[in-house]
Amino acid sequence: MTLHLDKKPLEQDLTVVDLKKLAYRMRRQIIDMAVSAGGGHIAPALSAVEILISLYFRVLRINPEDPQWPERDRFILSKGHGCCALYAVLAERGFLHRDALKTFCQDGHAMGGHPEYGKIPGVETSTGSLGHGLSIAIGISLAAKNDGNTCRSFVLLGDGECNEGSVWEAAMSASQFQLDNLVAIVDYNKLLATGFIKDVMALEPFAMKWKSFGWEVREVNGHDINEVSRTLNEVPFAEKRPSVVIAHTVKGKGVSYMENNPVWHYRLPNKEELLQAYKELNEGLQSLT
Amino acid sequence: MRNAFIKAVYEQAGKDNRVYMLNADIGVFVFDDFKRDFPKRYINLGVAEANMIGVAAGLVLSGKVPFVYTIAPFVTMRCLEQIRVDVCLQNLNVKIVGVGAGLAYGVLGPTHHAIEDIAIMRALPNITVISPGDPWEAYEATKASVRHEGPVYIRLAKSGEPSLVEHRHNAFQIGKGVTLREGKDATLIATGCMVKNALCVAQKLFCEGINLRVINMHTIKPIDHDIILESARDTGAIFTMEEHSVIGGLGSAVAEVLAEESTEKVQFLRIGFKDTFCEVVGSREYLLAKHGLDVPSVSKMVANSLRGSPVQ
Repeated sequence: MTLHLDKKPLEQDLTVVDLKKLAYRMRRQIIDMAVSAGGGHIAPALSAVEILISLYFRVLRINPEDPQWPERDRFILSKGHGCCALYAVLAERGFLHRDALKTFCQDGHAMGGHPEYGKIPGVETSTGSLGHGLSIAIGISLAAKNDGNTCRSFVLLGDGECNEGSVWEAAMSASQFQLDNLVAIVDYNKLLATGFIKDVMALEPFAMKWKSFGWEVREVNGHDINEVSRTLNEVPFAEKRPSVVIAHTVKGKGVSYMENNPVWHYRLPNKEELLQAYKELNEGLQSLT
Repeated sequence: MRNAFIKAVYEQAGKDNRVYMLNADIGVFVFDDFKRDFPKRYINLGVAEANMIGVAAGLVLSGKVPFVYTIAPFVTMRCLEQIRVDVCLQNLNVKIVGVGAGLAYGVLGPTHHAIEDIAIMRALPNITVISPGDPWEAYEATKASVRHEGPVYIRLAKSGEPSLVEHRHNAFQIGKGVTLREGKDATLIATGCMVKNALCVAQKLFCEGINLRVINMHTIKPIDHDIILESARDTGAIFTMEEHSVIGGLGSAVAEVLAEESTEKVQFLRIGFKDTFCEVVGSREYLLAKHGLDVPSVSKMVANSLRGSPVQ
């Protein structure tokens, strides 16, 4: 099917309560997408919801009516397996029609379990294999500097992704090239597919690693939309240096039995578990009204 | 070939401000002109090939035409997955240039040899694979790659390759093989620096009464089907010759065409490295002779094969 632009107006005036409600809706959409597709990564998408809402509703200079606008900020989901959250926020922001979400992982459709460039409006580059997005963003940022384009590149990395050596090749070059138009965000949910990252391949001292690679580092609660937005709107944190935000998050956030439990990296809920998830999300939503 | 490539890319950069030169820490002085005249478009990524490919992909997403350059095994295999996903899957306009094709870095040992790169690059969708036969062709291939929309891999030898005067009257065209010498008894299809050797083999065997056709197959992908099938029809015997493994390279590409499309009974032999690394170091000439790929060995192999004698 063709993916149409949603013609609704920009939602710049949403309050933080509106955005918190949106977070509950998006979590429900993420779960529904994966369940109806019979596959997909739920928990790694749930940890990134508030980060994506902050970016798409408070930070990125974008125009859903013109996804190829040359001056737009670029967002790259380097942890491509979190794509349900990206598709959901693109639909909420008007890049996609909400009905397009129903095509997720369906036979013959473009919206797969990892996002692909050229097939989905708002997806800036194909990702899925980890450790690629930061380098691509560096290329975009270098071109922008040379062209006098004021756009910025934002890249969301997984914490497990930071085990990849290519992330650190990229990190080294971003500071060498003084890319203060580049922002990395790490969804630090502390879990890999097979266990806790500290037990499998530890990242700590994580902030120190980025700092020693020449980045200016901030740490935030990745589920606090105000804190994430405020911090991202302060970039660059230092002139001529790339910025990184380490967002402390909870994998599977919003569904109690998924939270901090490694088995939910790519597992799907059964009927009973699904109802439990709906119930918890509904209760959360109700508590805001 | 390296200098011809650098001259071409310098000229292209002067005409087209989309052209960037990315390098992973090789060639100390060879890019001095480029750096002086286009400083913002010369990017040395250091010894980090995977990052270089990703950065190139990002530049293309911003409308640039980047060349990425380092030693052939490193620019193809070290960063293969970046080439596959960032470049080929997205069909991005990155020009990948490897120096040191085959055994050009013979004495540096097998880490620096490139005898599997054609096979590996050729398997990737969307990419064009070019293996120029001499400096002129390296120059033309570089120019043509800028005009071509999409990923290209250009496999260069290093320096000091003889010029093939035979093909100067032909315009270089991606995907079009070139007949350098007419012959009726068999066809020798060669690529890269082996084209010169193929002409020497033909000359040698001519004196022995065997009249070989010689084809320069500078583009391995897309392979020129017509010239292969025509040669099969005209000569009934095809030999391929490459400074590369017999697995997956020129020989395999030609075999695929013959097996699937030729209606003739064709005698066929691939000449190249037989599924092996080099076990000793040495000059290119020494190693080619050791692996039976020098002019006397190949001449003997072709003659024996045509006479129905054992090849080796």
